[in-house]
Amino acid sequence: MNGTAPLIEVEHLTMRFGGLIAVDDVSFIGRPQEITAIIGPNGAGKTTVFNCITGFYRPTVGRLLMRGDRDYLLERMLGHEIGQRARVARTFQNIRLFPAMTVLENLLVAQHNKLMLASGYSVFGLLGLKRYRAAEEAAIALARAWLERIDLVAAADRPAGELPYGAQRRLEIARAMCTEPRLLCLDEPAAGLNPRESAELNQLLVSIRDRDGIGVLLIEHDMSVVMNISNHVVVLDYGRKIAEGAPAEIQRDPAVIRAYLGTDDEAIDG
Amino acid sequence: MDPRLPRMLKDAALTVLVAAALGIFIVGFRTVDVGSRTGLSFDYHFVDLGVALIVIFFGRLGLSLAATGLRWPAIALGIAMIAAGASPMKLPSGFLHWFVTLGGVLLVIRAIWPWADQAIVAAARTPTGRVIDQIGTRWLGWLLLGLAIVMPFTPFADQKTMDLGVLILTYVMLGWGLNIVVGLAGLLDLGYVAFYAVGAYTYALLSTQHGLGFWVVLPLAGMLAASFGVLLGFPVLRLRGDYLAIVTLGFGEIIRLVILNWFDLTNGPAGIGSIPGPTLFGAVFAETAPPGKQTVSEMLGIPFHGIHRLIFLYYIILLLALITNIFTQRMRRLPVGRAWEALREDETACKALGINPTNTKLTAFAVGAMFAGFAGSYFAAKQRFISPESFTFIESAIILAIVVLGGMGSQIGVVLAAVLLIGLPEWFRDLGNYRMLAFGIAMVLIMVFRPRGLIGHREPSIRLHPVAPHPVKSGGSG
Amino acid sequence: MGKRKRRTSKEQGTTEDMAYFTQQLINAITLGAIYGLIAIGYTMVYGIIGMINFAHGEVFMIGAFISLIGFVICSMLGIGSAPVAILLVLLIAMAFSAVYGWAIERAAYRPLRGSFRLAPLISAIGVSIALQNYVQLVQGARPKPGGQIVSGGFNLFSLDGFDVRISWLQIIIVLVTIVLMAGFTWLIAKTPLGRRQRACEQDMKMASLLGVDVDRTISFTFVLGAALAAVAGMLFLMYYGVIDFFIGFLAGIKAFTAAVLGGIGSLPGAMLGGLLIGLIEVFWAAYFSSEYKDVAAFAVLVLVLIFRPSGLLGKPEIEKV
Ligand SMILES: Nc1ncnc2c1ncn2[C@@H]1O[C@H](COP(=O)(O)OP(=O)(O)OP(=O)(O)O)[C@@H](O)[C@H]1O
Ligand SMILES: [Mg+2]
Repeated sequence: MNGTAPLIEVEHLTMRFGGLIAVDDVSFIGRPQEITAIIGPNGAGKTTVFNCITGFYRPTVGRLLMRGDRDYLLERMLGHEIGQRARVARTFQNIRLFPAMTVLENLLVAQHNKLMLASGYSVFGLLGLKRYRAAEEAAIALARAWLERIDLVAAADRPAGELPYGAQRRLEIARAMCTEPRLLCLDEPAAGLNPRESAELNQLLVSIRDRDGIGVLLIEHDMSVVMNISNHVVVLDYGRKIAEGAPAEIQRDPAVIRAYLGTDDEAIDG
Repeated sequence: MDPRLPRMLKDAALTVLVAAALGIFIVGFRTVDVGSRTGLSFDYHFVDLGVALIVIFFGRLGLSLAATGLRWPAIALGIAMIAAGASPMKLPSGFLHWFVTLGGVLLVIRAIWPWADQAIVAAARTPTGRVIDQIGTRWLGWLLLGLAIVMPFTPFADQKTMDLGVLILTYVMLGWGLNIVVGLAGLLDLGYVAFYAVGAYTYALLSTQHGLGFWVVLPLAGMLAASFGVLLGFPVLRLRGDYLAIVTLGFGEIIRLVILNWFDLTNGPAGIGSIPGPTLFGAVFAETAPPGKQTVSEMLGIPFHGIHRLIFLYYIILLLALITNIFTQRMRRLPVGRAWEALREDETACKALGINPTNTKLTAFAVGAMFAGFAGSYFAAKQRFISPESFTFIESAIILAIVVLGGMGSQIGVVLAAVLLIGLPEWFRDLGNYRMLAFGIAMVLIMVFRPRGLIGHREPSIRLHPVAPHPVKSGGSG
Repeated sequence: MGKRKRRTSKEQGTTEDMAYFTQQLINAITLGAIYGLIAIGYTMVYGIIGMINFAHGEVFMIGAFISLIGFVICSMLGIGSAPVAILLVLLIAMAFSAVYGWAIERAAYRPLRGSFRLAPLISAIGVSIALQNYVQLVQGARPKPGGQIVSGGFNLFSLDGFDVRISWLQIIIVLVTIVLMAGFTWLIAKTPLGRRQRACEQDMKMASLLGVDVDRTISFTFVLGAALAAVAGMLFLMYYGVIDFFIGFLAGIKAFTAAVLGGIGSLPGAMLGGLLIGLIEVFWAAYFSSEYKDVAAFAVLVLVLIFRPSGLLGKPEIEKV
């Protein structure tokens, strides 16, 4: 439970849209080298939590403390700064790749800030200086390493939009990882995958947690995935946190069974 | 007798009905000013309208036939229309001849399209096809460049052709400049001509009032235009795409109106004249040099000829256009260029990756503006007279049409589109009057039928596998 | 463009200033009514399919031309009574401009649903250019005098010899606008057509699942917008007495500004925005410089979009990601 120091602390997060309270006083902690699953029925406010963390929405109330080279208060930062400085990366519920660009280009765009610096804000790059070429080669090497991990090396020069669905999901994760984040937020990465792809995805997520050593926040509907790979589970319902704990505890929690799974106990034996 | 025929006939009749409702007042009654107190009377054009409606009936019928796969009747109808339009048969107006002929051509194209498409794809798969495809994608640019370089020395290079060449190249350059903004970064800029105007007025003012030469002012004009781009872009680039378009349109008009009304600086609607042309190593292109200067013919020891100036101007714009192109190609391979394209594809995803959208858009906007500034400077030096009339919204629209038609983001596409949109109407003077009408219709048709433009193929900015298998896709996109 | 009285010497004091101000106010409201009518078309189309119908100004221009032709026909047919002529022309202009609205949507926008983001706007720009040049070709480029259909007016009051006048025409313009607005509001609020329109505006997918014919509803929106623009065209013709093929560009942009200022998507907002733009334009011309009155309108557009893109009565939208 209380292993390492927290990576992100979400405190009293509340998000209101007009009269609708999409997220209502939610607090939880994400730790490095852990997968924290956020589950809950449709419309529970899971994606909204992500949107607050990654700066797409400004929370109505709440504090989002992200630890890194220093402490960042995410609710005060602009969207792109959160990726750039606080090093929080995310994927989207509906895949958002750059469809006309190739797989490799997608992974290079993710390394934009690093490369921009190396290219002297394009000046060195335009002049074709060595320094930039070396940086670009390093970026390509990183991209290639990720392509190997998601098994897409052969497709590197194809437009991302032409890939099959499962490959696009993996590519989006790889793209987020190419930003070299401390925290990775994944919004239903297994949605629409077949069982085999889903199993591969689990392996990938576990390796990201164990090999890359970063923290993962995972929104997931598939209970088998949650039970198998997450270290900690947060349950939302109607915007409120109704339970929190280790997967095994959550599985038995009556409040969760009532709210999230109806009264049908069967469904949680994934 | 095809059972679908009655439905098609009904459809064509309905189309005619709608067209008649559209045309009856606007086309049927042409208002003419007779000068009396009551004002207007009419020229009636019901015959033209009637002929046009008949054409529309058969055109629509032909399209339905083609769509249901009845190719041959459709082709026959199309050929009949072409014959009618091209025949010496007297139609009430020249426009109708064009209307019938073009309608027929479009119909024939539509009818043979599926078949032609297949044939092209099949042909591209054969070995010779592959070679031609390679030449098309790899060498077409070089071929065109070679042509452009030797053009002034060919026998066709008379005054008129050279003028046209200069005109086309100017639009090619503007198109390439705007392509950075629209094609790569996906920002619809409807006020591009404003930066062109800034460049033109910068040179006109600095040369006529402070005696600065073209080559000194050229970089200044580019920088000034780019600064304008940053200044205008900074507050508005956060806006959504379509709002941005309207705001840039507003900015374009504001700049034009300021030029029009700021008499002290710009001389208002009367414009600025006697702008000196560009010099070659300090020598001027004229029969006699002003005191203290040399003419080019003296310097080179050749007899004076008016065409020399034109050839010189031609090479300047060719050079400027090439610089634009090379710069763009390099930028595209740099992080900033990839970020432009990524922004065009998905701004939200860019933000999630830590890319600052405003700054990235701003660079695209400024670089685009800079090239417009260069082109504007050149325009002033070539024309030797500028006035606000040259910088209206229509000009922005023409440049945009070139980019859209060419295929947003495609460099070669811009060239082809510029030749098509600027060159053709100049060659066929008849068409001149209908040029803007045709532009407008072409923009709609492109969006409907070929939203990726003439050249829809995108070459990756970088490859992991150097000799990647290059699958030949559908015919036109090679 | 404006029907302004020159400002005479300054010394005559505040009463005259007051009178001058009132006169400008009357002129501004008249102009604002016209902009408001056009703005409704922008706002409705934006509300339902989220596109800027760049060609809407051209429909207004065509409405003005059809009205012009209609009035000349009326005078040829010897219809002497102004109210009859106005009513007749009004109906004709609305009906035939509506066909333009319908045809534009059908031919240039409908095929683009689901195309890339900027496609509809580019297509709309194409339509706008094409229509402008079409009218220039078939009707000629020269400005067309419309003659005076309604003349005269009365003095509202006099202050120190400065008459504040309202012309009958101005009264007609404001009355026609009010009546149409009322009818239009009723149509949207109370009829099944209007209900379907609002349903699609809220959530097009849901509406279509519930059996609303989305295509028909969108067509209906364009038809309504075009009809109102045609009315604006007729009023513009009567007010200024001269039109040409280019009037749609400026009026269109100003009306779009009005729609954005009022809050795009909001019908009362469009009317309010129209009035404000009328006020800004007339007062700018009256008190500052008439050369820069169009600059003022564009500047307002730019400022509103930068500082309050949701307008005065619009709801701010948070983009769902
Ligand atoms: N930008 C927004 N404007 C208005 N309401 C919003 C916005 N974003 C989310 N909501 C609302 O907030 C609530 C929570 O939405 P959210 O997308 O966070 O749910 P979720 O838990 O991710 O559901 P799902 O499992 O379906 O993805 C929903 O009622 C949604 O309609
Ligand atoms: Mg969600």
